[in-house]
Amino acid sequence: MKTSMKLSLAAAAVTLALAGCGTTSEKEGGGAPVESRESPSTGVTRVEAGGVQSGKLPAVLTDPNSILSKRSIYFDLDRYDVSEQYRGLINAHAKFLVENRQFKILIQGNTDERGSREYNLSLGQKRADAVKQMMVLLGVREDQIESVSLGEEKPKAEGHDEEAWAENRRADILYLGEF
Amino acid sequence: MPLKNMNLPNTRRFAPRLLLSLLLWGASLAQAQLSIQITGAGANQIPVAIADFGGDPGTSRSLTSVVRGDLERSGLFKLVDPHGAVLTETSPIDYPSWKSLGADALAAGSLGTSADGRMEARFRLYDVNRQTQLGGAAYLTGVPQLRAAGHRIADYIYEKLTGERGIFSTRIAYVVKSGSRYVLWIADSDGQNAHEALVSREPIISPAWSPDGSRLAYVSFENRKPIIIVHSLASGKRDVLANFKGSNSAPAWAPDGQRLAVVLTKDGSSQIYLINASGGAAQRLTSSAGIDTEPQFSPDGAYVYFTSNRGGSPQIYRVPSSGGNVERITFEGNYNVTPRPSPDGKSLAFIARHEGRFQLSIMDLASRQVQIISDSYKDESPSFAPNGRMIVMATEVGGRGVLSAVSADGRIKQRLSVTAGDVREPAWGPFSK
Repeated sequence: MKTSMKLSLAAAAVTLALAGCGTTSEKEGGGAPVESRESPSTGVTRVEAGGVQSGKLPAVLTDPNSILSKRSIYFDLDRYDVSEQYRGLINAHAKFLVENRQFKILIQGNTDERGSREYNLSLGQKRADAVKQMMVLLGVREDQIESVSLGEEKPKAEGHDEEAWAENRRADILYLGEF
Repeated sequence: MPLKNMNLPNTRRFAPRLLLSLLLWGASLAQAQLSIQITGAGANQIPVAIADFGGDPGTSRSLTSVVRGDLERSGLFKLVDPHGAVLTETSPIDYPSWKSLGADALAAGSLGTSADGRMEARFRLYDVNRQTQLGGAAYLTGVPQLRAAGHRIADYIYEKLTGERGIFSTRIAYVVKSGSRYVLWIADSDGQNAHEALVSREPIISPAWSPDGSRLAYVSFENRKPIIIVHSLASGKRDVLANFKGSNSAPAWAPDGQRLAVVLTKDGSSQIYLINASGGAAQRLTSSAGIDTEPQFSPDGAYVYFTSNRGGSPQIYRVPSSGGNVERITFEGNYNVTPRPSPDGKSLAFIARHEGRFQLSIMDLASRQVQIISDSYKDESPSFAPNGRMIVMATEVGGRGVLSAVSADGRIKQRLSVTAGDVREPAWGPFSK
């Protein structure tokens, strides 16, 4: 697996693999944002990552009145079993993905900040996998879903209290174009 | 060597919170420079005097201040004020007067010019009580390498007086997060001479030194998911070691540097695999339905310690590195993670959760007795110094990430922090060649 290829190329390859088609627009910060690599001085403007837009998605995925706009599944401390209250949300996304096979999703698992970073990375993976497995059982194809973990590294809530921790024990569903 | 409580009026008193001066190498570097606070000391400190060395006074002072700083920071020595005495390695030693100052050992030396015209740091170490020479050495150096020469002299003195190898010439890797900027730093073990190895807008975690100290393996999120990179420090060359489907994390080098244990989720849950440092396929080592992570080789390479929740809660286990029966190591409590075998293989450092506090603990592997050795509550990522004396770890003070170094007996404590940003993910490098 060891290659010397530039990480930006690796990033592009991952993006294309996830896309399954060549239509991915250059997402902001999608390449390897490693500052130690100097940009060639050919008049290219440096772009800061962040604020990814999901303008191309159908309204049913983003309309606040649609259940498909709900993308987060929350978990208890140390746990990765999906609680009953998220069954409807997961069913709805699974149904959409079965009916729209060209759509692909990334499920990102997250944890609160407490404890081992590496254990939390695995815990976040378990959370993402739990959601993925439910969807696969509901007929979504494996190649429509990638589950990954961000562990405790990308907290949505920056606080250090129970409220923030609960917000960060979470798996998020992102449709292609949103990640 | 007897320890005397001297009451000399001019003896320099070392404040319990000693802040080593920062080298101001430009604003960004200064901001990221680690400063070290000593918050505890050894029970039996050896009183040692480092005389002012001969040669150019300014340069000599720089050299001796490195030696003194190293020895003092170790917590094992009490520095005796030489009262401005300049002694070279050839000066006659007035043993009785050093004895009256309370010194058990004395070092003297000079910065001179070697036969080929280079700067040379020479010194001798004396046993004041026995009135004998303990040894001496000469190191070729130069102004830019003066700190390195000082660390080598301190290592020599440390080893002669304690019987164990010094770690002043070793390096520490750590990550500083400032806003959304992540920097992997490499610094000398005293926090000085820090260099940026990698700057990224995405998290960097789990740096692990190759046994020869030339490369670091780490986990980078720069591809929007965790992948494992092997980074050659001198050249800056970076190779992707593992970028399989799912998450790739927790790299740990085998003692021979030929293989790494890694955690992959390509076949489902987080499991431990072995992979050649030069690439190739990943060979699965553990098999459970739950989480297996944080692999770490025993120093003899025979076992891989790891964290698993196969028993219902995260606990520490070990498996022969050639595969085989898994043995559970921790039983107390319901959260024991991040196993780190000591360099002599006799004990195991790990993080235990007690009533919501995450604390550095040490198990004696023969008796399986566990001792909590920190008084902080958010301890993470412990890493042994190569001589096993100290453990550096990440913890939190006042809501900010800092590094804390604690002796394996819990007595000596140092805190390493930067003025701007959270410091985390320390990894103590191997002995320098």
